[in-house]
Amino acid sequence: MSEQLKNNQSPENNGEQLALDDGRRVKVLSPGMMVFKRFIRNKLAIAGICILIFMFLFSFLGGVLSPYRQDQVFYKVDAANKEYASAVVNTDYRFTTADGNTLPTMVRATFNSQVKGREGNEITFTADNTVYTAVKVDDGFYLIMAGEDLGTVTVLGKIADVKPAGNKEISEELKAAAVAAVQAGQSAFELNEITYTLTPGKAKSYNLSGMSEVALASMLNFDALDAQYTGLTSNYEFCRDCETAMHAGESNFESGGTAYQLEIEDETTATVKNAAGEEIVSVSNIIVRPVVSGTALSAGYREAAIEAIMDRQTAFEYVNAEGNTEKHTIQMRGNNYIISTEQQTYLIDMYAPPSAEHLLGTDDHGMDVLTRLMYGGRISLMVGFIVMILENIIGVIIGGVSGYFGGWVDTLLMRFVDLFNSIPYYPMMIIAGAIMDSLEVNPYTRLYLMMAIMGIMGWTGVARVVRGQILSLREQDFMVATEATGIPVSRRIFRHLVPNVMPLLIVQATMGLGGIILTEATLSFLGLGIKYPLASWGSIINSSSNIYVMTNCWYLWIPAGLLIVLTVLGFNFVGDGLRDAFDPKMKR
Amino acid sequence: MWKFIIRRIGLAIVIVFLGSFIIYGVMRAMPTSFVEAMARQRAAASATTGGPTYQEWLEQLNSAYHMDTDVISGFFSWLGGVVQGDFGVSWKYGIPVTQKFEEVIWHSFILNIITLVLEIAICIPLGIQAARHQYSGFDYGITVFAMLCISLPTFFLATLLKYAFAVKLGWFDLYGFVGRYHEQLSSGQKILDIMHHMVLPVLTLAMLSIGGLTRYTRTNMLEVLNAEYIRTARAKGLPEKTVINRHAFRNTLIPLVSYLSYLIPSLFSGSMITETLYQIPGIGYIAYDAMVAGDLPFTMFYSMFGLILTQVSLMLADIMYAVVDPRVRVN
Repeated sequence: MSEQLKNNQSPENNGEQLALDDGRRVKVLSPGMMVFKRFIRNKLAIAGICILIFMFLFSFLGGVLSPYRQDQVFYKVDAANKEYASAVVNTDYRFTTADGNTLPTMVRATFNSQVKGREGNEITFTADNTVYTAVKVDDGFYLIMAGEDLGTVTVLGKIADVKPAGNKEISEELKAAAVAAVQAGQSAFELNEITYTLTPGKAKSYNLSGMSEVALASMLNFDALDAQYTGLTSNYEFCRDCETAMHAGESNFESGGTAYQLEIEDETTATVKNAAGEEIVSVSNIIVRPVVSGTALSAGYREAAIEAIMDRQTAFEYVNAEGNTEKHTIQMRGNNYIISTEQQTYLIDMYAPPSAEHLLGTDDHGMDVLTRLMYGGRISLMVGFIVMILENIIGVIIGGVSGYFGGWVDTLLMRFVDLFNSIPYYPMMIIAGAIMDSLEVNPYTRLYLMMAIMGIMGWTGVARVVRGQILSLREQDFMVATEATGIPVSRRIFRHLVPNVMPLLIVQATMGLGGIILTEATLSFLGLGIKYPLASWGSIINSSSNIYVMTNCWYLWIPAGLLIVLTVLGFNFVGDGLRDAFDPKMKR
Repeated sequence: MWKFIIRRIGLAIVIVFLGSFIIYGVMRAMPTSFVEAMARQRAAASATTGGPTYQEWLEQLNSAYHMDTDVISGFFSWLGGVVQGDFGVSWKYGIPVTQKFEEVIWHSFILNIITLVLEIAICIPLGIQAARHQYSGFDYGITVFAMLCISLPTFFLATLLKYAFAVKLGWFDLYGFVGRYHEQLSSGQKILDIMHHMVLPVLTLAMLSIGGLTRYTRTNMLEVLNAEYIRTARAKGLPEKTVINRHAFRNTLIPLVSYLSYLIPSLFSGSMITETLYQIPGIGYIAYDAMVAGDLPFTMFYSMFGLILTQVSLMLADIMYAVVDPRVRVN
């Protein structure tokens, strides 16, 4: 094709010799092409372009390629030595009530206060209008009996009458014994190992009351080793018989018609087996409770813990239901034993150092830093461009109007620019940030609002440049020509003036972009700009205000800072290169 | 000339007035103000002793701080005090605003003056050298370095310097204007102590401003070096040293002096981010804390101070330009 073209042109060229200053000898480039050629000759500008291309790819493509989402939180499994259970040697009485009886709290409290420091085998106390007698079987084991109104015994001379109270039945044997006791003037008598008392009542009558077992008070704790035996541990008769046998040191006992075997380890610890030799209940004065309420400790675990405590060990192993061996350590704390174990906990993976999964580690929210940098780059670059466009729209309109019309319009608008320009930037942004903080503006709305505020605060520079340029262009001949040919005002401004301002505007905008990205980063760093869960490079560096992060986690803030520096540097290089390219005076 | 200066001052006063009004209006728009928080605090403190309730505190504080009127009359009652030199009592610091200002302004001033001297000593020779050897490797190096300095975010540079010199090398303290044992030192050691704490902040501020001034010097020097009279000076056989120092540099001074006179008022303006990061109790750090806390009197004072400084800077730049360049005076 080019060969053909050459051949077509060659006859003309062959015929004549071109003069040295012939226009055809010089390759004429369009003005745009000239600028482009000058631009690509500038090494720094090319470096800047490369940096910017990298940043755009990193931010906009990186976010797509990254395997993680920007707000994806990572977790890790960590083993921590945690308190698991506590054990205490029981020094309080536990009450087991017989079927159909209740032991009011009042009575329990009275018993507890009476039993302290009491040596005797029998304690009699009155609570809740009833007389109670606690019979000591052994240290730490009492059977509590309550007085029961059986009836009244009236003796008038030889005639004796026993009137049962309510629906109680009094056997003939008891009646005779009661009458005999009254006649003998006794206040108490025994019959069939049950003590009856006679208290003087109205006239010549006596109130007859008998004793019945209502509860037992014991320091021991019964633990069913299998769920089907839980009924036994609260069964009065079983507990009574078992403990009685224990205190007596017997290896067999019978309760409720069933025979049991008793394996006594020491005074306070024993295991109950059923007839088949299965261990069904363990008895101990040590109570093991889980530290976290709501979790259940298996009976096997409790037994293992008690055994270890009895043997004064500081550690024990327990095979749990899944067949894993758990290591537990025991510590004395006051009267309590604290049992702790290594537990697997599910934690947010905070401040993880760089690894293959997270090339730049994770941040304080457990999010992947590299991914957040990519998404943060989108926001930083987007804020830069949108604010720049906003500034330019406002600046070009106000600067253009001001420069073109001049006179009082110019004076007024320029004073307005002066006013805007002198408002301190950071105080204004801090106040705006504080207002948005207290209104709890949603992070996305906040982003838009911030861009709007930044644009409104930053257009004055553009307006000044545009006005200055237009003021000088207005006086030039081509503008006089547009006026002479009667081109409408709007067309004169936008077709003839603005294109002439464009080169300077482009340079200013490119340099300004870097500045806007810096400002946004600074605001976000101060916590006034982009808020979680959105990120920008500035808000990522914000974590370095935490001294721990600054000193130990370089991977959290140094990459973000480098990205900002490089991006701003890229924009400055390109802007500088563009200025050199547009400015013919700077031609090399 | 005088007419121009008087007009300029008149305009500055109008701008300061309107600017303060805008900031006052924005401050008053803050929903949860410091007053409410303070009233809540005081009410909670006096609740047990049967003191005033939250409502009573709120009313009392509001009237003390002119918050009970509308924005316009509130602004004018504040302005009435300002005209008499009374900027009110800082809500955060509890002492008169001007007193707090006098306490802290010297810290900012010392920091900035050292930075400025350092900046001039580094930038002007660098800029001149870069211009003399335009497009050389040295020039490229200076350009890249200057660009890098312009592109550095303050907070990142400060954190980086702290990380390198305070954390890793341990040469300096992380924070503060004076050391822990400052009070026990002799006066000579006290000055050394302050100097020691100033190194990192000064380095930060200097690095940030080096870029701008170096490039400014280079551009202006280049313009002068391309002028005809330099060619004349060289043509008549003057030594290169004389050409640069006597003919070129003196003419570069015109824009430089105007630029530097623009910087003089900013010596007092403090540097909010650097001071905050190094916790130097200068006007920038104190004002930042006050602003974040919603301290209206202090914020208003600081903003007005900033407005006045900007206006003074602009006027100084205009006037200095006329002083240095006789051509401007004639026009």
